[in-house]
Amino acid sequence: MRTEAEIRELLEQVKDPEIPVISIRELGVLRDVKVEGDRVEVTITPTYSGCPAMDVMQQDVEQVLRAAGIERFNVKQVLSPAWSTDWISESGRKSLLEYGIAPPPHTSDIRALKGDAPVTACPQCGSTDTVLVSQFGSTPCKALYKCNACQEPFDLFKCL
Amino acid sequence: MTQQEALFRYAVRMGDNSLVLGHRLSEWCGHGPQLEEDIAQANIALDLIGQARNYLTYAGEVEGKGRSEDDLAYLRTDRDYLNVLLTELPKGDYAQTIARSFLFDAFHLPLQQALTTSTDERLKGIADKAVKEVTYHLRHSSEWLIRFGDGTEESHNRAQTALDDLWRFTGELFIPDEAEELLAKAGITPQLDAIKKEWSATVDRVLQEATLKRPTDGWMASGGKKGIHTEHIGPMLAEMQTLQRTYPGVEW
Repeated sequence: MRTEAEIRELLEQVKDPEIPVISIRELGVLRDVKVEGDRVEVTITPTYSGCPAMDVMQQDVEQVLRAAGIERFNVKQVLSPAWSTDWISESGRKSLLEYGIAPPPHTSDIRALKGDAPVTACPQCGSTDTVLVSQFGSTPCKALYKCNACQEPFDLFKCL
Repeated sequence: MTQQEALFRYAVRMGDNSLVLGHRLSEWCGHGPQLEEDIAQANIALDLIGQARNYLTYAGEVEGKGRSEDDLAYLRTDRDYLNVLLTELPKGDYAQTIARSFLFDAFHLPLQQALTTSTDERLKGIADKAVKEVTYHLRHSSEWLIRFGDGTEESHNRAQTALDDLWRFTGELFIPDEAEELLAKAGITPQLDAIKKEWSATVDRVLQEATLKRPTDGWMASGGKKGIHTEHIGPMLAEMQTLQRTYPGVEW
């Protein structure tokens, strides 16, 4: 029998398949772990309604649990409360930046969701002389930017 | 009609609107007028199809006959599809695609906003997710409509033609069917009159900035909510469903 903390530790191995430097805990996708007797229940929540990575993350969680010899488990997806980019942990934001993806502005910055594009620093050179190319980038959760200083394109994790 | 039947029809309608429009937008994948737009439309289609999965899964549960999201999406014929006609029209040129998306998004956003306060847990949960996605969709379609309207003579004319052609499909959005009336009366879903006011204000604001003319209301097409569709949905469903129809139950 494992404790909840041990299960959480195990699940650190499960990364976002599209951004393999950030774990589902850091991403805020892992919502709950419950252990009752020999039964484990893991709750995850999708980032976007149509995020194709969700099914992969669910399979990865199941695989990790199975590999650890846990036989009785249930991984469920819940919609509410709705995931928000504010749930990405500080370490997660740092990992994104190091990976070359600008972390999302906080939702308290209402401009990010409603109005103009927020000022975004280039993850390569740090310049804030950047321009939004498209609100829709390589995955549903990212917008495409270009840095005028170093001329490199980069992704911004969209505020949601 | 019982409340359960109404809820089933409502969830199917919401799912079908998103699924059918999502499929139409996905037809741009690999054919977009520029790479960024190709990616944008594929992303928006993905959001919509994700919403459709949530709604159709819920519809199957409400119905209680064991139908899955896939059963509902791939094994119903056009007469059982309950989407509004606007969503099923061919993608046309890019002005038509943008104008259609704009007219739908301007309706979809206030509807999803209202559903975030629904007394039905699941409708609320789906809306909580969808509302932010749809905010991005409306921004995208508004910006392009403004760019076309306020662009060259050619882009302006194409955008105006698209609006004029599509206008007759906007009336249906706001005419409740029996299921919508029942659920609105029970306070589970919003009154469509209230949604229309917001839609109309968005349309006026964006068209003014786009220097486009709001078409005058005339004869309005309807029928989609009852399963009476245009000739366009049949071929679309045939393409969308071909794999499940050819190899029933196939998985990959």
